[in-house]
Amino acid sequence: MARFTPDMETRALAVIELYPERRSATIPLCHLAQEQDGYLTREAMEQISELVGITPAEVLGTASFYDMLHTEPVGKYLVGVCTNIACLLKGGEELLEHAEQALGVAPGGTTDDGMFTLEEMECIAHCDKAPAVQVNYRFFGPLGDESFDSLVEELRGGALDAVVPPHGTLSRVHRTSGIAVPLAEIIEARRSGDLLEAERARAKAEAEGAGGNQL
Amino acid sequence: MTLAPFKIVSKRVDDPEAVGLQGYLATGGYQALKRAVLDLTPEAIRDQVMQASLLGRGGAGFEAGRKWSMLKKSDVRYLVINGDESEPATFKDHMLVERDPHQLVEGALIAGYAIGAARIFIFLRGEFALGLERVQAAINEAYEYGAIGRNIFGSDFSIDLVLHPGAGAYICGEETALLESLEGKRGFPRIKPPYFPAVIGLYGQPTIVNNVETVSNLPWIVMNGGGEFSELGVGRSRGTRLFALSGDVIRPGNYELEMVKNTFRDLIFDPEMGGGLAPGRQVKAVIPGGVSAPWLGPDQLDVLLGQDEVAAVGSMLGSGSIIVMDDSTCMVRAAWRIAKFFARESCGQCTPCREGGSWIEKVMRRIETGSGREEDLDLLMDLCDNIVPGVSWPPQQTTICVLGPSIPSSVATAIRMFRDEFLLHIKEGGCPYE
Amino acid sequence: MNDSDATVKLVVDGHEIQAKPGEMIIAAAEKAGVLIPRFCYHPRLEPVGVCRMCLVEVKGPRGFSLQPACYLPVAEGMEVVTNSDKAKKAQDGVLEYLLANHPLDCPVCDKGGECPLQDQTFVYGPGESRFVEEKRHYPKPIPISKLVYLDRERCIQCDRCTRFADDVAGEALINFIGRGGSIQVNTFPDKPFSSYFSGNTVQICPVGALTATPYRFKARPWDLEQVESTCVGCSVGCQIVVQSSENELVRYLGLDSEAVNHSWLCDKGRFGFESVNSSDRLGTPTIRNGTAAKEASWTEAMAKLAEPLNRARKRPESIAIIGGAHLANEDLYVWSKLAKSIFGTDSVDAQLGDGLDPRLLTRTNRATIADAVGAEVLVLLSGDIREELPVLFLRLREAAISSGLKIVELTHAATSLTPNAAASIVVSPGQVEATVRSLVEQSGQEPSDPSIAVAKAIIAGADPNRIVVLAGRMNQAGSSLDQERAIATLIDAKPGSKLLSGLRRANVNGAIDMGFVPGHLPGRCALTEGSKELIDAWKQVPTQIGRSTPEILAAAANGEIDVLFLIGADPISDAPDPELSERALAKVGTVVSVETLPNASTRFASIILPAAAFTERMGSTTNVESRISLLGQKLVSFGLSRPEWMIAVEIAAAIGEDLGFESMHDVWRELSVVSPLHRGLSLQALGSPGTREGVLVPVRRSRVSIASNRSLDPVATPGIISVEHSGPPSSSGTGRGSDAYPGIEANASAVESVDSRISGDLLDLLATPNEVAPIGSGDLVPVLRRRLFDGGTMLVRSKNLTELAPAPRVTVGGSTAASMGFAAGSKVTLSNGTSELPDLELVVDRGVADGVVVVDLDGESGLTRRVIQGENLRLTIKLESV
Repeated sequence: MARFTPDMETRALAVIELYPERRSATIPLCHLAQEQDGYLTREAMEQISELVGITPAEVLGTASFYDMLHTEPVGKYLVGVCTNIACLLKGGEELLEHAEQALGVAPGGTTDDGMFTLEEMECIAHCDKAPAVQVNYRFFGPLGDESFDSLVEELRGGALDAVVPPHGTLSRVHRTSGIAVPLAEIIEARRSGDLLEAERARAKAEAEGAGGNQL
Repeated sequence: MTLAPFKIVSKRVDDPEAVGLQGYLATGGYQALKRAVLDLTPEAIRDQVMQASLLGRGGAGFEAGRKWSMLKKSDVRYLVINGDESEPATFKDHMLVERDPHQLVEGALIAGYAIGAARIFIFLRGEFALGLERVQAAINEAYEYGAIGRNIFGSDFSIDLVLHPGAGAYICGEETALLESLEGKRGFPRIKPPYFPAVIGLYGQPTIVNNVETVSNLPWIVMNGGGEFSELGVGRSRGTRLFALSGDVIRPGNYELEMVKNTFRDLIFDPEMGGGLAPGRQVKAVIPGGVSAPWLGPDQLDVLLGQDEVAAVGSMLGSGSIIVMDDSTCMVRAAWRIAKFFARESCGQCTPCREGGSWIEKVMRRIETGSGREEDLDLLMDLCDNIVPGVSWPPQQTTICVLGPSIPSSVATAIRMFRDEFLLHIKEGGCPYE
Repeated sequence: MNDSDATVKLVVDGHEIQAKPGEMIIAAAEKAGVLIPRFCYHPRLEPVGVCRMCLVEVKGPRGFSLQPACYLPVAEGMEVVTNSDKAKKAQDGVLEYLLANHPLDCPVCDKGGECPLQDQTFVYGPGESRFVEEKRHYPKPIPISKLVYLDRERCIQCDRCTRFADDVAGEALINFIGRGGSIQVNTFPDKPFSSYFSGNTVQICPVGALTATPYRFKARPWDLEQVESTCVGCSVGCQIVVQSSENELVRYLGLDSEAVNHSWLCDKGRFGFESVNSSDRLGTPTIRNGTAAKEASWTEAMAKLAEPLNRARKRPESIAIIGGAHLANEDLYVWSKLAKSIFGTDSVDAQLGDGLDPRLLTRTNRATIADAVGAEVLVLLSGDIREELPVLFLRLREAAISSGLKIVELTHAATSLTPNAAASIVVSPGQVEATVRSLVEQSGQEPSDPSIAVAKAIIAGADPNRIVVLAGRMNQAGSSLDQERAIATLIDAKPGSKLLSGLRRANVNGAIDMGFVPGHLPGRCALTEGSKELIDAWKQVPTQIGRSTPEILAAAANGEIDVLFLIGADPISDAPDPELSERALAKVGTVVSVETLPNASTRFASIILPAAAFTERMGSTTNVESRISLLGQKLVSFGLSRPEWMIAVEIAAAIGEDLGFESMHDVWRELSVVSPLHRGLSLQALGSPGTREGVLVPVRRSRVSIASNRSLDPVATPGIISVEHSGPPSSSGTGRGSDAYPGIEANASAVESVDSRISGDLLDLLATPNEVAPIGSGDLVPVLRRRLFDGGTMLVRSKNLTELAPAPRVTVGGSTAASMGFAAGSKVTLSNGTSELPDLELVVDRGVADGVVVVDLDGESGLTRRVIQGENLRLTIKLESV
């Protein structure tokens, strides 16, 4: 499974509709593909290129720029340990070392059972809970060695399934409305709004000008 | 020590009910938008914001009212909300999007109305999964409620608002890179001039890019008036600001304070806020305004938390984050980590940033891990000089965007402030803190 | 500087200079003699300002600051300092940064010796690197296409190749992948950089990151000899530098001609030189008796030819000549004179039934490329320009995207320009004239086809003087009459409009101008219109209009032709009906092949005369816009081969006639007198510095000032640093090529004579329309389409190109496929009722007209021609497998 399923394609087409130019949907569709397949497959990139009207090389060029888009398979849980400055000060590097030992993989590696991929992350804006960890972009912290181990256990045992969906699912809340007002209609409204505003500005300037004369 | 907490943007963050529409409405939500679209003209709102002296809360600190006034007249113009908060140790927008998403939506709609935007995009950092869910839920509710869409609250004003997820690249916090990313491309910053978003922005159309915290202030300003807002604060820095305090303090967190009323020392040591350092520890250095900012020493803790006030001592208030490093911290390691961050996050366009950033990181790593040479310090300063001529502040630029000139800040200030510590690393062939 | 042009004054390094408003500092400074170092900047690409090598100090409101000279336009009163300590420090710094990760493999790098990074390091760079860390590593060169290798370690991320691919060629098949220090150029996996224009990326790469398969490790720059020339891969006339080493061609590079190719070349033109080096070259005259062939001396060969020729001369119409489109102008004139004056036959045709009625070119107001790109509306009545005239496609695409050219396209199937067309009208074969009529006729009715409605409004709203019609062949199957009538209808309806020739064979436009087509004499004259000077020089001209190529072949098959010359022509592979060609050649008593390489038709020749190839001889060629430019000689001609004009002189001598030419100067001396089109020209004038971009004929304006020479931007086109090249005249100011030349006087009466033949009633010249046969159910109307890599002789003998020719495919529209139940990718058999072509891949393209099947023309194998020939042909498709 790599091209979008019919349901996913329907969602993809709805996303494209949100933008004045199709290409803008590239990254949202990459996320969608990851939601379906866990990572961004070659076939998905080709289909996205067709959907948004660019070349596959351009989809890859875009996708490969971003840390969250994975063109190689990753584990069910992407465990990101932040070691940036705020976490560094609170033991982020030591936590990462522990995570490497606990999971048995170096950053970038995936456990043999395909459950976990470990990453060293840049600041994830959870600095008041340093050292902080993200699992599939859900926040945890502050974590020590023990709390990290129990987090791994809970993930493995499925205790956190309600909180942490498998890798790729970013937002479980989908947009419920399409575009309510076509852009062309809005542009027309703005044009007349601008004219009205200019008219008001002129009237105001005249009134002030008249006042000035009286002085 | 006079504390000046005053809650404008963070007033609901401790109320879990306020995340949903009912809770938001119960605490005065959407009153401002109603007033705006039913009773006020766009220019009246712009006047209020101008009066408020609302400085942009993203990092550059440009006045929002002036930014709006520079928007080129055009049939199509866009509003983009920058929620790509990635500046290390900055976590205020993270809080706002998760805990008061409707305030963001309402603020964005007010801004969209004020500037006559054709469509609003909220670009939210991809790593904020919960934030994406909360903001999307808020948008869905707001459509249902009639706050977004056709004829908002029965007025003539119609607009759509789209939540756009980022995908993990620090550089997309830079507004032109953000627009490129929103157009489905790599986040390569555009060259200014000519690509000032207010002139040539999203899809080549005039575009306003405002930060999450900036627009989260708008409902309050509409309800209370720009004048009221500017009663708070001093000089150019008006209203309140969220300060994200982290590092070696007892109580890290976001603290909303009236501008220019408190010092770094107040924030770090007040028991209601930072709560001081661990027993026996001293402040060794403070990084204000994100890791792009030069560091401050313990002798500069009495500087007031205001934009011009911090600029006056050779650094910047930036994104409003404050990292405290105590005397157990290895300054080489801290500066190396920041250099590593910039090397990883350089977009790769400009030679000085792409090559200089990773070269500097490699030399820093060598010093920290025991292979430093004495000449490396001069080399580092010269490599910094080749990115920021004169290694001055505010930096001169050899690159398209300000990521390049941010690279030397930490490395150069660390070398200047803690040269002996570097030399110790070199002499001892490793890190004395390990 | 033209005084009427607005200029701004600025100060560069203390000297006041003038520049055009909007010009970037880097370009303005260069014109004033200040070369600011650069890598990513390229004069023909949009600036990106990323390498930061061109940082200079510019004074602004807050004093001097470092700014990229490639991205900041000049402004009145601007102060620029390029050589201050601060600017130099910044430039040094950038170079050191670029070298930090750059491998030190210059000794084994193709770019060594002509490398902008190497060169600028010498001039601006630090003495040695302080970089002691491990460099970035990638696996050494990887092929990104069959023609291009990529070495990512050498890449400096200047974005030139990627910008070219995306912005200029419109094929973003290579892209930046990754971010920051690990950013690299690459393709999508298994989607190679198979662009017709890929070689340009190699040419503009400022380091050795991109190298071309045909040139890799072939030569060192300092060993190369070079000469300026014109590419003859098609009729666009791209200006090139031919480079050789030890009497072997090793490389073509595109020269920056403002009028023509903007430095770009297509891969067929760039790499097709390999055919000149082919081991199959003909080097000795050959005489064949029955099946026995033997090599001969020129004397023996001429003696062998004289006898049948003398016999045939008694009946001039029994002598015919096919070919010549690949000859130089000088050859064509001499052969024209040989045929029409000495032999007395008008059965001479440089077109092989694949072109247009020559009167469409000799009786119309002809457009230049500049006219076309600067037009308000360009109407395409031609094949896919990217396939047929590739670099013209680049020029038109750019004009449509960035300078507002509105393209109205009439086509049988979507083309490469369809995405850039303001209106693209899909018509069925046989409906072209009717469609054009509906575009230009006044009628109150709104056309039902929306694309016709759009096109009609565009044409109606345009200034007729700014309408250009690009006239080529939309369909190689069947008669061209419908399309010719369409062209004539449009031009007649829009007086003042111009025609840009879309005839694609190398010098076919020159051949028409030299009268090397039936019914014509040199100078675009009909047989009855020869100048007095021509009649004086030629003594006699034919009175009867001769046969065209298909007519010659039909007559030959009937036994009416005794001597047939094939001059660079292979009717078996290249004329519409291969079986007719085979019958014809078998029947003719004496077939004489004048060729550089053997082909399917030379097998039938009783005498083969080896011709010198391009780059082995001097001469000139004429492009689509009537621009005459020089062909440079770099090699000694192969074996005993000779230039074709010389062969004609020998043939005349063999039958006791004297053409009167001992040199090409002699040819021009006569030509410039007898042909009003060429009046005033000479070989010397063509070689003068002011005419390096060629000369448009007729010469319409005289001018005395000499176009300023500029040295070629050495960073833009590494490899031809040392060639002083005459670029666009700096005074033109319009970005257009000039049509006035130093030392060449316009001759009013000659121009008048050429213009007087322009017909206002072109349609009257043409035959009445053919009957269109009804289309039966399940029948498909064929469209035979040219592809650039067509498997023709040049391609087949160029070892790096030969694999690129795709297998012929058949393409149908969506509704046709649906009604027949065919899926894309199916294998099908094409049938015309009597013969079949099996094993073809079926392509479904929504841009194909209903009831039409588009078949790719193949070259030397000629398979598709065997199924698609004759008028009113109907085809059927049978499904083999899905």
